Amino acid sequence: MLRLPSFTYLQPNTLALALRMKADAGPEGTYVAGGTDLYPNMKRRQQEPRTVISLMTIPELAGCGIRDGGCAVGPCVTLTDLCAHPAIRQHYDTVAHAAELVSTPLLRNMGTLGGNLCLDTRCNYYDQTYEWRKAIDFCMKKDGHICWVAPSSPRCWAVSSSDVAPVMVALGAEFRLVGPNGERIVPAARLYANDGINYLTKQPDEILAEVRLPPADGWDAVYHKLRRRGSFDFPVLGVAAWLKWDGRRVAAARVVLGGVASRPQEVVEAGAALTGTDLSDEAIGAATEAAYRPAKPLDNTDFDLSWRKQMTRVYVKAALEELRARRR
Amino acid sequence: MPDAKVKLAFELNSEPVEVAFAPHKTLLEVLREDLGLTGTKHGCELGECGTCTVLVDGKPVLSCLVLGLACAGHRVKTVEGMAGGGSLHPLQDAFAELGAAQCGYCTPAFLLAAEALLGETARPTRDEIKQALSGNLCRCTGYLKIYEAVELAAARLRGEDAKPAPESLYGVR
Ligand SMILES: Cc1cc2nc3c(=O)[nH]c(=O)nc-3n(C[C@H](O)[C@H](O)[C@H](O)COP(=O)(O)OP(=O)(O)OC[C@H]3O[C@@H](n4cnc5c(N)ncnc54)[C@H](O)[C@@H]3O)c2cc1C
Ligand code: SF4
Ligand code: FES
Ligand code: FES
Repeated sequence: MLRLPSFTYLQPNTLALALRMKADAGPEGTYVAGGTDLYPNMKRRQQEPRTVISLMTIPELAGCGIRDGGCAVGPCVTLTDLCAHPAIRQHYDTVAHAAELVSTPLLRNMGTLGGNLCLDTRCNYYDQTYEWRKAIDFCMKKDGHICWVAPSSPRCWAVSSSDVAPVMVALGAEFRLVGPNGERIVPAARLYANDGINYLTKQPDEILAEVRLPPADGWDAVYHKLRRRGSFDFPVLGVAAWLKWDGRRVAAARVVLGGVASRPQEVVEAGAALTGTDLSDEAIGAATEAAYRPAKPLDNTDFDLSWRKQMTRVYVKAALEELRARRR
Repeated sequence: MPDAKVKLAFELNSEPVEVAFAPHKTLLEVLREDLGLTGTKHGCELGECGTCTVLVDGKPVLSCLVLGLACAGHRVKTVEGMAGGGSLHPLQDAFAELGAAQCGYCTPAFLLAAEALLGETARPTRDEIKQALSGNLCRCTGYLKIYEAVELAAARLRGEDAKPAPESLYGVR
């Protein structure tokens, strides 16, 4: 059997206590929410914390509600509860849709929003058992020295594989991070860095304490996901597209790709190509080309590399056409 | 001493239990190794197959990714808790009648995931059944018999005098 390594499990009931426990545990301590990312990684010895601090017993990290016109979501809300929440379904249907596309109903009953947003990056050479990784003398992300995907590269190219993170970046959501020295608010895009190892700008002891969604009027967003099977599989490509309407014209737009870089990748040129247009076929074509060019998938996930790149065109186009069809 | 055994109390199949186990064990390991309940199967142990499904507080979850320690005070149900009063659960009867199992390895998980669905939706559509069971893999039966068995059991649980369709039992001529 693939077993967890031994560790100490702690269940604090306040945020302050969790931070204190993390300070005591030092670098060998880590937080866990649903555990659907951390525990498989621990079984494969990709992560080997000596102390695991659960956030699920902290009431202030649960719950979801409308506040100041926007919506405040606790990070420990499970994906199932997020999808089912009336405020999310009614005003943020794209968030619900992206969450509903994550893996399986069983995993969504366990996995949380916060865990999804802090998900480890993924790679075919990394998401393997200890013995498998040992057989290739490991890789830079854990226990080894080189990158098997790009052997001359100084960095790791493991892929951001969260379904909800690109949507958060496209919507312009904000995250409240709480650490030992107080709290700070960061725009969603700034939580992520394009580095497969240090993929979060969050300090290891900081807790994602709240997700703030912007007021739900005047804009629309969609999310499209490419994966092999209709269930279970991580996104090989995710397209989140957001538009602010000014009458029938596009006042502002953001196109964010998942599964193509170590962070959710905004394609600024694609947004610019849409702004000021009425989302004509030409505008969509220009945005699609703009998104296709910088999308540089590497050979470290499912499917053929060049096909995945071609699919950026198809998926961005479909996402923008859906936005046009939804225009009221 | 992270490896000293810990003692935990929770509700298992409607009865209180107390069990001692190494603190880093998953619920799957505790059920099979420390409580002797081997109805819950282990497959991938990484969340990728669904064969370890149990109900925690009525919801289907993967016992290979739940820590035993996280279950203190919660309600756990395994396939061993489905039959009652000397008779099988209508889902178990329907699976047997329709041949919705071949090797049977995935069956406990399908039964529990289906039970959770029928607890919430008395008359699920075929699509709702597919969605609810989309986290469970079966490598031999094919899913059709499983869907039909859930529909048959749902009808019987609603009090209908339902029988399997002849083409389900004998095939289409
Ligand atoms: C078979 C399988 C398929 C999957 N498919 C998908 C998929 O299609 N799409 C997808 O997006 N994901 C997928 N996942 C990944 C995962 O299940 C989900 O992303 C889930 O939402 C993770 O949440 P969690 O609460 O279980 O995370 P955990 O495992 O609890 O945590 C993940 C990481 O985030 C950190 N963390 C969690 N919460 C916080 C917080 N509040 N503050 C600071 N740090 C925190 C933890 O320390 C850990 O490092 C899949 C997983 C498996 C096993
Ligand atoms: S991208 Fe390279 S360094 Fe990163 S996990 Fe894959 S093989 Fe390892
Ligand atoms: S054993 Fe495969 S999901 Fe748990
Ligand atoms: S009956 Fe064999 S795996 Fe389903």
